[in-house]
Amino acid sequence: MTLINTLINASYYVLSAIVSLILIRNIIKTRDAQEAVLYCIILMPFLLRVFHIK
Amino acid sequence: MNNRSLFIVKIVAFTLMLVAIVWAGTEFRNHRNFAEPVVLGEGVTTVKKLSDYYPGMKDSINDCNIYIFEGKEPGGTLMVIGGSHPEEPAANLTAELLVETAQVEVGRLIVAIRANRSASTVTRPGDAYPQYYTIPTAWGEKQYRMGDRWTNPLDSWPDPEVYVHYPSRQMLAYMDVRNFNRTWPGYPNGTLTERTNYAFMELIRKENVDVFIDLHEAELEYPVISTIVAHQKGTNVAAMTSMMLNATEFRIGMEYSPESLHGLSHREVGDHSQAVSYLLETPEPMLDRVRGVTDENLLLTGKDPFVQMAGRYGLLYEKIDENGWPIDVRVGRHASTVLELAQSWSDLNMTKPIKISNVPRYGEIIENGIGHYFANPASVPSTRLAYE
Repeated sequence: MTLINTLINASYYVLSAIVSLILIRNIIKTRDAQEAVLYCIILMPFLLRVFHIK
Repeated sequence: MNNRSLFIVKIVAFTLMLVAIVWAGTEFRNHRNFAEPVVLGEGVTTVKKLSDYYPGMKDSINDCNIYIFEGKEPGGTLMVIGGSHPEEPAANLTAELLVETAQVEVGRLIVAIRANRSASTVTRPGDAYPQYYTIPTAWGEKQYRMGDRWTNPLDSWPDPEVYVHYPSRQMLAYMDVRNFNRTWPGYPNGTLTERTNYAFMELIRKENVDVFIDLHEAELEYPVISTIVAHQKGTNVAAMTSMMLNATEFRIGMEYSPESLHGLSHREVGDHSQAVSYLLETPEPMLDRVRGVTDENLLLTGKDPFVQMAGRYGLLYEKIDENGWPIDVRVGRHASTVLELAQSWSDLNMTKPIKISNVPRYGEIIENGIGHYFANPASVPSTRLAYE
C-alpha cells in the first residue's frame, strides 16, 4: 500500500503541475477579462500544492 | 475590451494572484517550520531522537526529541507523551512542564512533547483554527504552533477509502490512517503515522517502559472526558489514582479500555508491550462542534457562550460554568494525574518504584499560571536548549 500511495502522491503533484501549466496557458490565450481573473484565482491552490506549501 | 486593456487586466490579476500566493505561502511555511524552544530542566540527563529506536524515522518530520531522566536510584520507568493530537495543547504543555521542571529521585522518566510532529505543522482546513497561541511568562510571551488531529497531508497522502488497522484488520474511518491515536501499535512499512507508532513501540520495548501515559483533551460533547482510560493490566493503579485525586484535588473518573476497539494507545501499547498503558482526558471546549468563534482566546480560556449554553441545557458530559476550562486548569489536571499515577504505581509495585519531584500540581499551576514554570530560552546556554 505504501508503494501505491507514493506513486499516487507523485502522480498528484505531476497532475497539479500540468493543470497549472494549462491554466497559465488559458490566461494567456483567453480574450475574456473575467475568464482571465477566474483562471488566476483557480491557479492559486494548484501552485501552493506544486510547491509543497499547502 | 481592446487588446491593451485586456493585457493590463491579465497582468494585474496575475500579479495579485502571485502576491496572494507569496503572502499565504509565507505564513504556511513559517508555521510549518516554527521551532518551539524547550529549556532542558536539571533533571534531563539525555536527549535522544525517535530514530535512535527505529532508523526508519531518520530525517523524517516525525523524528521527534525523546527526553530521558535517569533517577538517582534504580526503579521503574514511566513514559509520558504529549502532542498525539496537537489540537489539544494541554497535552504538549504538560509534557513540556515535565521536561523543564521534573527531577527523578527513583526510577526513570521518558518524555516526548510532540509525538506526532507532522500534525503540529498544519491546522484543520475549514475550521478557522488560530495558527499559533501564546502563553504569558515572567519574561514575556512564549509562542506555540497550533496543530491538527491528523498528520499533515503534505507528509502522508492519499488516504485509503477505508483504513484497515494493522494487525487487527479492524476497519476504521479513512482519515484515521493519519490519526496517531488510531494507528498503534504501528507498522514498520506503513504510512508515516504507522511508522511513527512503530518507532514509539520500539522505544517502549527497548527502554523497558513500565508505565505509559498518553495525554489528550476532549470535547465536552464526548462521553470519554475528565477521566483515566486504563488497560486491564493497570486498572488497580488507575482506580487508586482516581480515588486519591477525587479525595484531594478534583473530580476524575476511570474507564476500562475496550478490548475490541483497536488502534488506540490505551489498548495497543498494553497489548503489544510489557508496559501498562493509560490515556488521560481533560475538557477542551474549543473541540466542541457547537462552539462559536474559534480563536486563541477560546483555546486558552475555554470559555464559549454556545458551549456554556449547551451546558446549561444539560447536553454535555462535563460541567461548564462562567469560568470555562482555562488552560492552567487543564494542564494542572494532567500534571497532578501523572504524578498521582506514578505514586499509585509505586505503592502497588514496590520493586519498581518511580519517584518524581519538583513538578507543580493542580493548585499551584492554577495559582501561578503554566507560564510561571517555563524558563527564558535566552537565559540558558545553547547546550540546555532543544527545539520542537
